[in-house]
Amino acid sequence: MSFEWPWQYNFPPFYTLQPNVDTRQKQLVAWCSLVLSYCRHHKLYTLDVMEAQESPLFNNKKIKRKLSVEAIQVVLEELRKKGNLEWLDKNKSRCLVMWRRPEEWGKLIYQWVSKNGMVNSVFTLYELSNGDDTEAEEFHGLEEWVLLRSLQALQTEGKAEIINMDDGKGVKFF
Amino acid sequence: MDRFSWSSGLLEINETLVIQQRGVRLYDGDDKAKLDVGVALLSTHRLIWRDAKNHECCIAMPLSQIIFLEEQAAGIGKSAKIVIHLHPASTSKEPGPYQHSKYSYIKLSFKEHGQIEFYRRLTEEMAQKRWENTPVSQPIPTGTGIQAGRTRAVGIVGIERKIEERRKETDKNISEAFEDLSKLMVKAKEMVELSRSIANKIKEKQGDITEDETIRFKSYLLSMGIANPVTRETHGSGTHYHMQLAKQLGDMLQAPLEERGGMMALTEVYCLVNRARGMELLSPEDLVNACKMFESLKLPLRLRVFDSGVMVVQLQSHSEEEMIASALDNVSEKGSLTAEEFAKLLGLSVLLSKERLLLAEKVGHLCRDDSVEGLRFYPNRF
Repeated sequence: MSFEWPWQYNFPPFYTLQPNVDTRQKQLVAWCSLVLSYCRHHKLYTLDVMEAQESPLFNNKKIKRKLSVEAIQVVLEELRKKGNLEWLDKNKSRCLVMWRRPEEWGKLIYQWVSKNGMVNSVFTLYELSNGDDTEAEEFHGLEEWVLLRSLQALQTEGKAEIINMDDGKGVKFF
Repeated sequence: MDRFSWSSGLLEINETLVIQQRGVRLYDGDDKAKLDVGVALLSTHRLIWRDAKNHECCIAMPLSQIIFLEEQAAGIGKSAKIVIHLHPASTSKEPGPYQHSKYSYIKLSFKEHGQIEFYRRLTEEMAQKRWENTPVSQPIPTGTGIQAGRTRAVGIVGIERKIEERRKETDKNISEAFEDLSKLMVKAKEMVELSRSIANKIKEKQGDITEDETIRFKSYLLSMGIANPVTRETHGSGTHYHMQLAKQLGDMLQAPLEERGGMMALTEVYCLVNRARGMELLSPEDLVNACKMFESLKLPLRLRVFDSGVMVVQLQSHSEEEMIASALDNVSEKGSLTAEEFAKLLGLSVLLSKERLLLAEKVGHLCRDDSVEGLRFYPNRF
């Protein structure tokens, strides 16, 4: 299944930050949703700004336009405000992209657990993300830090408890 | 030592510096001179010595005074010296540090070395006798500063005098130039009259020349003259003047504005108006002030200032909505436009067409694509 680009992707003004406030707002919304859906499609959890600028996400070779680093920063900052992104360093050169927020992931995992009647059982983190049972689930192959965050979110809701085990971490659902 | 006389230390026009050496002490014969250590300068014409600390203290002697030279090697506690044997001082000599001397030679003592080169160059100059080939225009300036100043352009007095001369020259040039201008001013009124009478004649003999020629000739004349331009002389200064000026501008600009699609940059207006006024030129400030009066005088023109600061005069009927709509229409039709393309399309100046596009962008009808290929405007599809 190939990624479907939005119409804006081939619209040259998409790659210039618009000075008009209203126009820019719409432009940024479009960029945010493009970044999230792109990362989701390619299962990307981290972005390096410099690398990303050369990737098809921000660089449209067909119309010879690419988003400038400054503009990328603006887009990513916008995502951060919405809670979908976290910077990994002070220079804002690398970031975590959460195209689904930890709470949402937590909900998905908990749904799967309760659907399969495994409440009150203990899992290792590896089991959850890479086990055979979860192969069909969306959270299969989730990076550990995302998984841990989602479980932490569940823990604060009182639906799970993270346990330290000999060879890593485990989790018990309630 | 009595051969030396006081000097300003400046070189004459034909005189060139050959060599100079620091740390030289003078000896009057075998006695140390009552002068401190200084710089010895050798020019093509003179031997000059200047005190190291007090530069005012400067003495010189023409090379022609020298008979021959001797070298004296350095010894223990003794610097190397050059012995210079001299002709007796001439009676017309300017005053120097010594009035009399029992010696017919002086010595240069080199505390900081350099005597070998100095000796070589001095011998060379003595052999070449360049002071004979290229005599300085007047006697070498000797004597104190006051005397030197009075005789020729030397030192600060000389520079001042040159500046004064140059200023007088400039003054003369300027007044000559303006003499021509005032003559031209007299003729200008006649020219306006002439163009008016020609215009009338053309009206009478309409059939004789072709329509096209008439129009062309008329347009030349039109841009030539306003018969009675409103001036500060005729209408005083201040508000009344600007009001009258605004009225005249209103009459005058109507036609050119319609021709240009209802809008002209203020600079263009300025040129057009001043060409028409002939000699009674308008200052930019007066023009702006007059244009500001359009609204209160209920004239069909308006001064408009764009966000960028560009000022234009436009017809009142020329509304903003229309301008924006036409910009959007044009851009939509072509897909995208640069200011240059839009200018060509409308026959406007690039500056004004860009203002229109920016205006349309401001209200959100257009958006921009700023790439290496330039600034392009697209319909706002966001």
